[in-house]
Amino acid sequence: METTDSVDIKAVGKDDRAIERRNTFWVFFILGALVLISLIYAGVNIYYTYLVVYIWFGLAYGMMLQAGRFCMASASRDLFAAGVPRMAVGIMVALIFFSLVQAILHATDMSTFHPAPFGIHMTISGIIFGIGMVLAGGCASGTLYKVGEGNGTSMLGLFGICFGQAIFVIAGGPLRALLPESWIKASEATIAARGIPAEYAQSWFDVYLTGYIWQKPVYQISQLSFVKNHFKGASAYFVGDALINSIIPAIVLLLIIYALYVRKGFIKKVRKKKGGSGLGDELRGFWGMITASQRTTLMGVLVGITAGLHIWVLAGMQKKFAITNFGQLLTKMGHPEDVSLFGTVFDPGYWYITSQEAQFAAWVMEKLGIDMRHNIFFGVNNGIPELWRNPALWMSIGIILGAMVMSLINKEFKWKAPKGELIVFGLLGGFLMGMGSRPSLGCNVGAFFIRVAGGDPNGWLYFVGMATGAFIGVKFFNWYTERKMAKQMEAF
Amino acid sequence: MALKFEKSGEGTYMLDVCGYVCPHPQIYTKKSLEKMAEGEIVEVYIDNPSSVETIEQMCSQAGHEILEKRTEGGKIIIKIEKG
Repeated sequence: METTDSVDIKAVGKDDRAIERRNTFWVFFILGALVLISLIYAGVNIYYTYLVVYIWFGLAYGMMLQAGRFCMASASRDLFAAGVPRMAVGIMVALIFFSLVQAILHATDMSTFHPAPFGIHMTISGIIFGIGMVLAGGCASGTLYKVGEGNGTSMLGLFGICFGQAIFVIAGGPLRALLPESWIKASEATIAARGIPAEYAQSWFDVYLTGYIWQKPVYQISQLSFVKNHFKGASAYFVGDALINSIIPAIVLLLIIYALYVRKGFIKKVRKKKGGSGLGDELRGFWGMITASQRTTLMGVLVGITAGLHIWVLAGMQKKFAITNFGQLLTKMGHPEDVSLFGTVFDPGYWYITSQEAQFAAWVMEKLGIDMRHNIFFGVNNGIPELWRNPALWMSIGIILGAMVMSLINKEFKWKAPKGELIVFGLLGGFLMGMGSRPSLGCNVGAFFIRVAGGDPNGWLYFVGMATGAFIGVKFFNWYTERKMAKQMEAF
Repeated sequence: MALKFEKSGEGTYMLDVCGYVCPHPQIYTKKSLEKMAEGEIVEVYIDNPSSVETIEQMCSQAGHEILEKRTEGGKIIIKIEKG
């Protein structure tokens, strides 16, 4: 590819200097505000430093996601729709690095990771999420960073994710009538055994959680007997969780991507030049694919390492404050109304996107007079903290602000109001992502990225669903754009 | 915001996808290149920077040549010759 930048894309003219000055002001304003907020929290109560950790890791994620254009929707649709593998490659690279960091954290007893109930629900949920992310133009984390870039369609997508989840988990009525009798019976027995009042398990999602999800087994490869018997001590984490569950599947996927999308064009060029090709050329082609977008790959490495550091810091703080959940600190500080029936709030202990956004929507819906407390998701598991005392919500805000800072620095920030069909795509995609992240107890980050790297094979079930959903979404877009192009070409 | 794909001359086209966000600009660019004959040229008008990177890589892989990339009042214009 030859690019003649006859006019440099970053040429500094008079207007550019004004934009640069304005952007610099906003970068300092955002960072200054976050420093001030952090100091206020620390001054009010040292326990709030736990929440401050979420803010700054959120900011770091946001900056890296924006700089690397890191988005799982981009990964799948660029691959399926345009045959461009750079983002899919970046995500696999991030996964490899993060799995190694996770193994180190497990080996040193500094991990907050926990595997999730295993089952086909992951794939079904992933399909819904995958369709949604392609329609909305961004996955759960991608949507947040794009909001930080001023993208109005992503703002609608975020609205859909927030309220899609909150409505989904409290919905009853006809949905409940579809539930299998076995789930209802199991739910009744489970809530009785755990001392949960019956009024907390009325929605269809309550029964799904207590009567199905809570009955499912959880797996972590390092804890399976065939791994434990052969690899003693810390090596089980590196072999089981990192190598078997993450690195080998990631390399296999990279090889498949190379074979399907890159090899043909690359080898054609080599044969044209040299008259033939060998194994060395294949390896050069593969490596060329990995390094084709250095920025995305580098950010993949950094995201993987940062996600690991995040776990390490929060595990350290939990040890320091002798807690397992921030809800314990909120109760100590005199905010029992923030926490769930069992004194907990949503506090994943690592990079996570969707549940805190559901809490935000629940907070709004509660202000509108809707009962959001008598259910399993909010009432028993996650609580509904005031927005300024919600640790994971601060992470999402940090991601938006981090992306804003980076896009301002790169002069890529632009308010872009959603128009026309993008309004429908943004909202519908957001709602589907919201619905597709609840049955799996997470999104592309919580249900796929974190879980796979932690040794939970469940993450791959979600990945298969997400990729299938994205493929369906891309097929729809291909049909839709074909129609629009045909109309444009009528005049030719 | 309205999609525009027009014939601007003999063997030259103009595709305006300003206002669109991912994945629309790259899909419309791919579709327009599919409609064109080898050697024909399209000027793509975009205001979504991340789409530009995908389009560049897409062209590189498919053998299309990017003849020029410039900015005009917040719009990025890419001139592509179909390979």
